[in-house]
Amino acid sequence: MSDARNPARAVLEGPDIHRALTRIAHEILERTRGAESVVLIGIPTRGATLAQRIAGRIAQFEGIKVPVGAIDVTMYRDDLRLRPARPLGRTELPPDGVDGRTVVLVDDVLYSGRTVRAALDALNDVGRPRAVQLATLVDRGHRELPIRADYVGKNLPTSKSEKVKVFLEETDGRDAVVLIKEDDR
Amino acid sequence: MKRHLISTGDLTRDDALLILDTAEELAQVSQRSIKKLPTLRGRTVVNLFFEDSTRTRISFEAAAKRLSADVINFSAKGSSVSKGESLKDTALTLEAMGADAVVIRHSASGAPHRLANWVRGSVVNAGDGTHEHPTQALLDAFSIRRRLGRLEGLKIAIVGDVLHSRVARSNVLLLHTLGAEVTLVAPPTLLPVAVGTWPCQVSYDLDAVLPKSDVVMMLRVQLERMNAAYFPSAREYSRRYGLDRDRFARLHDDAVVMHPGPMNRGMEISAEVADSPRSTIVEQVTNGVTVRMAVLYLLLGGSEPAIGGAE
Repeated sequence: MSDARNPARAVLEGPDIHRALTRIAHEILERTRGAESVVLIGIPTRGATLAQRIAGRIAQFEGIKVPVGAIDVTMYRDDLRLRPARPLGRTELPPDGVDGRTVVLVDDVLYSGRTVRAALDALNDVGRPRAVQLATLVDRGHRELPIRADYVGKNLPTSKSEKVKVFLEETDGRDAVVLIKEDDR
Repeated sequence: MKRHLISTGDLTRDDALLILDTAEELAQVSQRSIKKLPTLRGRTVVNLFFEDSTRTRISFEAAAKRLSADVINFSAKGSSVSKGESLKDTALTLEAMGADAVVIRHSASGAPHRLANWVRGSVVNAGDGTHEHPTQALLDAFSIRRRLGRLEGLKIAIVGDVLHSRVARSNVLLLHTLGAEVTLVAPPTLLPVAVGTWPCQVSYDLDAVLPKSDVVMMLRVQLERMNAAYFPSAREYSRRYGLDRDRFARLHDDAVVMHPGPMNRGMEISAEVADSPRSTIVEQVTNGVTVRMAVLYLLLGGSEPAIGGAE
């Protein structure tokens, strides 16, 4: 990952990610009165993995099985025409749907807020949640829309020329959040 | 780059799998209460049908509308449109209307290919003469994969009027790309001359092929395209190449029966077989909308098409 031209450094290692997710799970329990009628919906691919992990922790702490799902937002993005058509991610909604529930959207990195906007639109087409909250592992700033997260793993000050990449055990074989400095070309 | 879907021969294995995987995700949309996605908002799809069609035209229209595209239906039936120059004039009109995609069905083989040189948008072949019908082949492949879980290594028999069938040619090319083994079964008079160059096997004996097949795809006998006697009588054809109850019983237990429709019940397929739970005929129509949504999304959804052949 790290060579001279493209320096990268890990800002969160495995244990940091574990602690952050544990705290988010506790905060969700606290803020939603024991995760009452909560549904966790991840944004593929890594948001969906994180949603699974948070659900696992909630089950571990309070013995509650929170429904988990994933919602692909590709078809709702506002930047579709800037790049060639891309493959779709997996959408898997819990069998009872999202109507009347408190949906906690889960994503790995919160940046411009455009993905979350797309997710809100996508959610709107599959049901009418009672409330929607947002959980993110990393908030790197530079919002372009009036969107904020309710649960944040780590606030990470970045410059726009940098890239934040999240690696997770399930998809990438290791847990880490890496900050990549892009070269000025 | 400008890309079209004119022949399944233009699709690489990756292109074809991308279409099927995209369709798999889009299948969920048809089950929701809001069956609509905003993806193609502001794009215009023209359905240009020079030949009769029910399911294909409706299917393309539904697919485009579910993706929020504007749809213009042009049906040439009854007008004096006939080949060559008029097709070009029509194309120029479409250009002026700013069509992002043109879905064309034409009785002349090669019409979509000609059209592709005249319009700026993507051309989707919805059936041209006896040449190709790529979206039908894609929905057939999709239906097979949904039923049997895979395509690789499957033995697929395509039975009947291969000579006049654009579905057969598109299917042979696509299924070969996707790793299935295709056998065409037909009387010699209903096989095209160049069939030896197709990537498939040929047999004249349906009874020998049936027990080994995982999928049996029956083709419609296209009487309207027959200007000579290709077989002695309908009854004789049906006895040798029709899928009736007795032949159906000889298929192995997991085999499925397909038909692109419209069917001649009692001719190439008996009503009993067509309505059996192992027939995918109704599913094929449902899957048609989904697969066409995938094709339109991949051609029009981004800054440039993600699939198809260049012109």
